[in-house]
Amino acid sequence: MATNVHMEALSPTMEEGRVVKWHKQDGDPVKTGETLAEVETDKAVMDLVARADGVLRQVAVAEGQTVPVGSVVAVIAAPAEAVGAGPATVPPTTTSGSGKRETGNVATATAPAPVAVAPLPAAAPADATRVKASPLARRMAKEAGVDLKLVAGSGPGGRVVKKDLERAPSQGPPVSSAVGAAVPSPVSRFPSPARSGAPYDDVPLTQIRKTIAKRLAASLGPIPHFFLTTEVDMERAADARDALNKQLGDQGKVSFNDIIIKATALALAKHPACNAWFQETHIRYWHEVHIGMAVAVEDGLITPVIRNAELKSLADIGREAKELAEKARSRRLQPTEYTGSTFSVSNLGMFDIDQFTAVINPPEAGIIAVGSIVQKPVVVDGQPAARRRVRITMSCDHRVIDGATGAAFLKTLKQMLENPLAMLL
Amino acid sequence: MANQFDVIILGGGPAGYVAAIRAAQLGLGTAVIEKEKLGGVCVNIGCIPTKALLHSAYIANLLREAKEFGVEAGAVKTDYGVAMQRSRRVSDQNSKGVEFLMKKNKITVVKGAGVLQPGRKVKVGNDVSEAKKAVIIATGSRVKGLPQIGLEINKTTVISSDEALFLEKAPVSMAIIGAGAVGMEFADIFHAFGTKVTLIEALPRILPLEDAEAADTLAKSYKKRGIEVVAGAKVKKGTPGKDKVTLEIEASGATQKIDVAVVLMAAGRAVNTEGIGLAECGVQVTDRGFIKVDQSLQTTAPGYYAIGDVAGPPMLAHKGSREGVYVTELLAGKKSHAIKYDNVPSVTYCHPEVASIGLTEEQCKERKLDYVAGRFPFSANGRARGSGETEGFVKILRDKKYGEILGAHIVGGHASEIIHELAVARENEYTVEEVELAIHAHPTMSEAVAEAALDSLGRVLHL
Repeated sequence: MATNVHMEALSPTMEEGRVVKWHKQDGDPVKTGETLAEVETDKAVMDLVARADGVLRQVAVAEGQTVPVGSVVAVIAAPAEAVGAGPATVPPTTTSGSGKRETGNVATATAPAPVAVAPLPAAAPADATRVKASPLARRMAKEAGVDLKLVAGSGPGGRVVKKDLERAPSQGPPVSSAVGAAVPSPVSRFPSPARSGAPYDDVPLTQIRKTIAKRLAASLGPIPHFFLTTEVDMERAADARDALNKQLGDQGKVSFNDIIIKATALALAKHPACNAWFQETHIRYWHEVHIGMAVAVEDGLITPVIRNAELKSLADIGREAKELAEKARSRRLQPTEYTGSTFSVSNLGMFDIDQFTAVINPPEAGIIAVGSIVQKPVVVDGQPAARRRVRITMSCDHRVIDGATGAAFLKTLKQMLENPLAMLL
Repeated sequence: MANQFDVIILGGGPAGYVAAIRAAQLGLGTAVIEKEKLGGVCVNIGCIPTKALLHSAYIANLLREAKEFGVEAGAVKTDYGVAMQRSRRVSDQNSKGVEFLMKKNKITVVKGAGVLQPGRKVKVGNDVSEAKKAVIIATGSRVKGLPQIGLEINKTTVISSDEALFLEKAPVSMAIIGAGAVGMEFADIFHAFGTKVTLIEALPRILPLEDAEAADTLAKSYKKRGIEVVAGAKVKKGTPGKDKVTLEIEASGATQKIDVAVVLMAAGRAVNTEGIGLAECGVQVTDRGFIKVDQSLQTTAPGYYAIGDVAGPPMLAHKGSREGVYVTELLAGKKSHAIKYDNVPSVTYCHPEVASIGLTEEQCKERKLDYVAGRFPFSANGRARGSGETEGFVKILRDKKYGEILGAHIVGGHASEIIHELAVARENEYTVEEVELAIHAHPTMSEAVAEAALDSLGRVLHL
């Protein structure tokens, strides 16, 4: 029986692989464990090894070609076995698909168009995408918080068995034990501060932590950041907020953050140069403003999106922001709800942070970091006065936004916040 | 010029002949050397004929109770000689079956006693054969007596299973020394054929390797049937006479003398490592007498492998067969599934049967494992009630944290067949949940397995 050779996920975050070099050629005999090809992953060049004995046939991917994880790249046939039509040619991908394929033009644009994967036999992608593990191993991994995808299986057909987990490196504190619950119980994934005797705890990366690592490393490193800070007087915004909340009564509440989101959206509408995505070969300037709102969740952060924030009322933004934050914390956000933002707002005001810089969420070109609103003495009309002030720092991708461009946007934002009536203009 | 083969296997028992078949399947030129009948002890004077005799015993016992089931069979008469003849026919059929398998797989069978020679050679008579890849030693084991206390096997009054299997008549009385699987099975057989049986075990309980609960159930069942069971007893001296043997037994501080017509030695086996040229080839043995092997079952002499009883415990046919498959697959350059020795099921085919896999409850305690024992008695099982086989139980030892099946113990009718559900489970690392989730047909004895699994989870349904 022929065994398909798949592009395997050779690193936990790998989504596609480029065949650097074939070590075996069509017709070569191969043995389980032998290196078939060198594959460049998102991290390094790794070996793709044979999962069966036989003869390598129907090499479908040329050296230098990139294909998504799970694609059939060749077939290992039993010697003398006639292999049928074999794997369809695999269309190469030229982009770095994020794996999220949601509907709508906005989202599709964030996550570059899905690459058509060659049709595979029903069970084919198993090797590359499904984890084979015994029920006992699954249970042990779950209790120990070990990602089975990272464990090499020694059982039949590479199945992860108990022994493999006993060998696995020291385990972090247990991950959520809620079985099949829609909302994982918030058991801490963080190392316990209690001294257990060990000098450190190794805590396996959760999927969200991996994504954060990948996304942010793709930001501060390659993106030339620069930062602009301004201090905004919030007295009138505070008065306006009080008045609005009085009027809304029990129909909801408007927060400072909602006001900042709204003001940011309006300011971006006036400064489309800052409402843009850097796309390697081009810059996409957006006509719509979708504000990503950073929300701290139990073991990381996520930025749900308030779409068309420039067109929404403050009350609507307030309601939507509250709803999205709750969904984020309970991990019920749909992909469409956290992708496609054109600019982001990060607010650490509730943590008494005066000022900070935020890391750009690519492909966006900017983000503002909002500190806490503090009453401080300032000179107003030549007289010292106590005023509520907030420091806002904008991080800009210099490939899209120049200093003056960012400063102009920030000035508009400051004006809108200092004079909320300007939002009506 | 020596005959050349890829693999030469010394011994045609269940380890050797299975190794030969697998080797042939893998395209290796294979020879098996056997000095007696193909199939070894298992087929000829072990597993197979005893199962035939045990079935005769079962029928005798069944007929004695038939009235209760509405069947009158009159006075039950037994004839051990007839049962023995039938068991011989069964053995012969099986041995012929092995011969057929050798032919079918084009395996060369050499009749005679083989002696190993350096250079992967084996000499039979004047003929020397040479193995290109490996010589596999599968010479098995034999019964042993206890000459140090006067009980050398004399084949008349002091016998082993070898002779017991060929008796024309069941003796009037018999002392069986050793209450492991062999002793238990012969006690069952001879008792059913009218022999007054005394079963003597040196260790504190019968079936010393089994779970204490299983052993206790059997002790009770045997005593109820009229088999005398003396555990924790030391046979100090045996004095064979012309047609009787006097045994001096020390138990619970007191010494007593008993006279029996025949003593059946069932206290262990000795491996067949003498006179086969081990030392000459550099094949070393352990201090317990087994051939020293590494993980790939290779001996201390490169190119010489050992499988089955000679390679170490457990001395069970199915363990030897699996070793045969394993070693030949390695020799053929394949990746072979590693043998998990704690997943070798153990079965005693007495009535009721005892079958187990994994750890006993005592071992769980010794190892300070955090476990829960789930139990289900066959007295609560509909199918068992219907067939009047309500003795016994299923016990599953579940690891508290992960649900791993640490051990499973079954006493009852067909336990030897029921155990395999748990063998599959353990080999594939199913937890008690997977066992319980599998839908068990009703009414079957196997339902007790699901119920024991449930009981270990605190959710037993029918208790």
